[in-house]
Amino acid sequence: MAQGFTIKDHIRETRLFNNRAVAAFVIICLASASIIARLVYLQVLSHEHFTTLSLENRVSIIPLPPTRGLLYDRNGVLLAQNVPSYILEIIPEQVPNLTDTLRELGSIITLSEDDLDRFDKLKRQKPRFESIPLRFRLTDEEVARFAVNRHRFPGVDIAARLVRNYPLGPTGVHVIGYVGRISEEELNIVDSSDYRGTSHIGKIGVEKSYEDTLHGHVGVQQVEVNATGRVLRVLEANPSVPGKDLYLTIDSYLQAAAEAAMAGRRGAIVAVEPKTGDVLAMVSTPTYDPNLFVVGIDTKTYAELQSSPDEPLFNRALRGRYPPGSTIKPFVALAGLEYNKVTEDTQIFCPGWYSLRNDSHRYRDWKRGGHASVDMHSAIAESCDVYFYDLALTLGIDQMYTFLAQFGFGKNAGIDITGELPALLPSREWKQVTLKQPWYPGETLIVGIGQGYYLTTPLQLAVATATLANDGIKMRPRIVGKSRDPGMDAITDVAPIQDGRISFAKPENVDAVISAMIAVVNGRTGTARAIGKDAPYIIAGKTGTAQVFGIKQDERYKAEELDERLLDHALFVAFAPAENPQIAIAVIVENGGSGGAVAAPVARQVLDFYLLHRKGGNAG
Amino acid sequence: MQANVQRWGERRRMRWFFFVRGLHLDVPLVVGLVALAIVGLVILYSASGQDTAVVGRQLIRLGIAFGVMFVIAQIPPHHLERWGPWIYAVGLGLLFAVLAVGEIGKGAQRWLDLGVVRFQPSEMMKIAVPMMVAWYLGDRQLPPRTKHLLIATTLVLVPAGLIIKQPDLGTAILIASSGIFVLLFSGVSYGLVASVVVLIAPLAWLFWQFGMHDYQRERVITFLNPENDPLGTGYHIIQSKIAIGSGGAYGKGWLNGTQAHLEFLPERSTDFIFAVFSEEFGLIGTVVLLALYLFIVFRGIYIATQAQTTYTRLLAGSLILVFFVYYFVNIGMVIGLLPVVGVPLPLISFGGTSMVTVMAGFGILMSIHTHRKLLPT
Repeated sequence: MAQGFTIKDHIRETRLFNNRAVAAFVIICLASASIIARLVYLQVLSHEHFTTLSLENRVSIIPLPPTRGLLYDRNGVLLAQNVPSYILEIIPEQVPNLTDTLRELGSIITLSEDDLDRFDKLKRQKPRFESIPLRFRLTDEEVARFAVNRHRFPGVDIAARLVRNYPLGPTGVHVIGYVGRISEEELNIVDSSDYRGTSHIGKIGVEKSYEDTLHGHVGVQQVEVNATGRVLRVLEANPSVPGKDLYLTIDSYLQAAAEAAMAGRRGAIVAVEPKTGDVLAMVSTPTYDPNLFVVGIDTKTYAELQSSPDEPLFNRALRGRYPPGSTIKPFVALAGLEYNKVTEDTQIFCPGWYSLRNDSHRYRDWKRGGHASVDMHSAIAESCDVYFYDLALTLGIDQMYTFLAQFGFGKNAGIDITGELPALLPSREWKQVTLKQPWYPGETLIVGIGQGYYLTTPLQLAVATATLANDGIKMRPRIVGKSRDPGMDAITDVAPIQDGRISFAKPENVDAVISAMIAVVNGRTGTARAIGKDAPYIIAGKTGTAQVFGIKQDERYKAEELDERLLDHALFVAFAPAENPQIAIAVIVENGGSGGAVAAPVARQVLDFYLLHRKGGNAG
Repeated sequence: MQANVQRWGERRRMRWFFFVRGLHLDVPLVVGLVALAIVGLVILYSASGQDTAVVGRQLIRLGIAFGVMFVIAQIPPHHLERWGPWIYAVGLGLLFAVLAVGEIGKGAQRWLDLGVVRFQPSEMMKIAVPMMVAWYLGDRQLPPRTKHLLIATTLVLVPAGLIIKQPDLGTAILIASSGIFVLLFSGVSYGLVASVVVLIAPLAWLFWQFGMHDYQRERVITFLNPENDPLGTGYHIIQSKIAIGSGGAYGKGWLNGTQAHLEFLPERSTDFIFAVFSEEFGLIGTVVLLALYLFIVFRGIYIATQAQTTYTRLLAGSLILVFFVYYFVNIGMVIGLLPVVGVPLPLISFGGTSMVTVMAGFGILMSIHTHRKLLPT
C-alpha cells in the first residue's frame, strides 16, 4: 500500500508492540492487585464494621408523592380536586401465600375480576417489596371489616390516598380531561424518579397537556423500619412540592348551559372571547364522566364508551372535521372585496343553478327556484350558493386558499391542549401531492360554498369568526388563563398570545361583510331570522348546512327519506354583540339538518346565557 | 500398536483443530466468555429478586450478542480494515445527528424518547474508533510522526467530545481510551505520554470548571466524600460498600444477600451488580471472577501479540484493553475506588446494547486470530 514512501521495519515494530504489550500486562496486574487490595480491606479488614452497618441498615427511603394541582374555571369554580380515598394494598414480599391471601380477602372485601387482573399485571412490573394496590375506593364498611381481620393478613394494609375527583362530572370533560393510572409507555417518557409514588398521570385534556405543571415534585422520607419493613420512626423528611393550581378560561356555568343546549344531539360548540382568545366553553357531545377513568374503568363500561356509535370519547371540538358549508361565505365574500373582484353592489342573477362554460353539470343552489337578483349583502343574508359559485370561480382556488389560510383554516389553531387536528384547506399543491391529480374548476366552485375537500374543526371556525370580529387580530385560543403557585395566594396571569394580524386593504370591506352577517340574523330574509326576532342585543352570524350524503343530479334531497346519519350537518357561526363583540361561537350539530333551524337556536341559547346571565347588564 | 493409538489420537486432535478453525472461534476465549455469561445469569437471578423473566430476557440478549460475535468472527480482518473508515464516518454522522435532535428536543420535550437513538451511535463508536485509528496508523511508519499522531488524536477526541456532550461520561471514557490504546501500542514514546499528562492537569481544571454538568461534578465530589450526600449520589456508594464489606471472605451465600434484597442497594441488577456478587460470594468469589476476567484479557493480549499485520495488532491490543478498562471502571466505582460514571459490568450487568458491542469486539479478536496465514515465522 504505502511502499515507496515508508519503509516499514516489521521486526522493529513487532518488538515495539511486544514491549508495549508487556507494559500493558504489568499495568493490568497492578490494577487488578489494587482491586483485590481494596476488596481485602472491605471484606476482611472492615468486615465487622460493615456487618454491623448491614444489620443496622434499617433505613428505608419512602417517596412522598406530591399533591396534584387543582383546576378551577375562570370564576374560581372547582373543576378538579383531590379527595381522600381508601385503598387496599399488598406488599407481595411480606405475604406468605399470595393465592390463599387473595382468596380469603375476597370473602371480606369484594374483588372483581378486573381488580385481580390489574393486581397481577402490576405485581409483575413492580419490585416485590413495593406495595401494590388491589382495590380502590373501599367503603367505610369494608374498611371496618378489614380492620377487624387485619391480623390474618400480613403484608396487606389499607392506605389513605388522595384520588382525583371531578366535581362537575361530565361537564367540560373534553377540556379538563382526566387522569388515569400510569401506563408502562408513559413511565418510559416521564422522569421516573419524580414519579416514584405517583400512581396517576394526565391522560387527555388539560390534565395531560399541563401534566408537568400540575404534577409537582416528589419528596423523600427517610424512615427507620423494623425487620418486617414496618416504619418505626421518621428520620428525615424532604417534603414534596405540590403542583400548581390552574385557572381555566372556561366559564363552567356557560359550559353547562352550552352542554344543556346540545342535550341529546351529537356535535360541538366552541365559544371564545375575541379580544383574548379565551375559550369560554368547549363542548363536544355526547359527554362522559371522567371520574370513571380515575379509579380504573371496568372493561365493560369502557367497551361501551369505546364502541358507542355516538363516540362520546371523541373530542369533536378539536378533532371533528366537518365541511364548513355556508359558514365560510362571509370569508369568501371578504376575499372577493379585498382582491377587488367584486364590489358590494355587484349583482348576480341566481336562477337556482350554476354551470361552468362547456359543461352541462348543474351546480345547484339550495333554494330550488333561485334567489333572483342578489348582491353581496343579500347573497350572505340568504346564503345564495350561485353568487358564491361565481365569486369562487372569479377568485380562483389559489387566491381563495391564500386568503382563507390567513384565518387559520387548514392548520392547528395552537390551542394549549393536545389533540387538535389541522383539518384541511384544499389547494392546488395539496391535491397534486396527495391525490396526484390536477385541480378542476368545478372543485373551486364547491370550495366557495365550503364543501368538497374543505374540512374545518369547530375550534377553527370559532377562531376564524373571532378573528373577523376582532378586526383581523388573531388571538391564539387558550384554555389556561391563570396559575397559582402551591400555597400562595397570588395568582399569575398567563398573557394572551397574539398570532399576528390580518391586514385588510379596506376596513370598510370587513364592515360590509359584518353588516351582511347581521342581516343573516336580523334581516327580513336572513336564514337565521328566527333567532333574531326578540334578541335584546345584535348578533352577527352565518348559517351553514353541510352535506354528508351526495345526491345525484336532478334528484331532490328529502330529509324524511334519509337515514338520520346521512342528514346534513347543521352549522352556525356568530359573534355578539355585533358592535362590541364579547363572544364568538361556532356550533355544529351532526346530522342536525338545517343550520338556521337547528344550530342557530342552540347558539342563541348560549349567547343569551353568556351575555344576559353571565355578563349581566353590560351587554349591548 | 502404541504408535497407532498415538497417531489416531493425533488425527482426532487435528480434526478437532480444523473443525474449530473452520468456525473461526478461539476456544479459550469462548470458554472464558461463556463462563462469564453463566456467572452473570446466576447472579442476575439473585439480584433481580429471582425473577425468571429478567433472566430470560438477559439470556436472549446473550444469545444475540454471541451470534453477533460469531458472525463477525467469520469476516476476514482485511475486510474489517477496509470498512473501518466508513463505519467511523457513519457513526460520527449519527453522533452529530443525535446531538442536533437532542438540541431541538431539549426545551419542551425533555422526555422525548432518546433511548434507542442515543445509545446506538456511541456504542458503535466503541468499535469504530479503534478500527479507524488502527487503519490510519496501520500502514504508516511506527512510531508515528507528530503530524500523524495529531491527526490520530483528533480522530479519537472528536467522537469522545460529542459523547460527553450527550452527556454520557462513561461511554466517552471508554471510547477515548480505546483510541489512546491504539496510539500507545503504536509506540508513542513514554516521554510524550508523560508530558501530555503534565499538560492535561490544567486542562482538567478547566474542564471541571466549564465542561462538566452539575451532576457529573457532584459525582466526583461524592466519590471523594460519599457521606457528603448520603441521600443522593453518595447513597449508591455507601450502600454498595456495606453490601460488599458485609459479604466477608466467604460471602453470605447465593440468594442470601440481605443488602441487595431489601431495597437498600440501588441499580442492583445493572451497574451495581458486582456488589450483589461480592455480598453473596465474598472475597473468594470475587477473586475467582477477577481471575476469569484476567484470563480473558491475557488471552486477548496473547492474540494481539500473535497478529500478523500492524493493523490487526493495534486493533486487537486496543479492543482487549478497552474490555479491561470496561470492567475495571465498573468494579472500581462499585468498590469506591473510582467515581460513579455509569459503566455496566460487561457480560454480567442486566442490559443489552453494551453487551452486543463487547461481543462484537471479541468477534474481531477471533477473526484476527483465526484468519492468520499459517506460516512459520
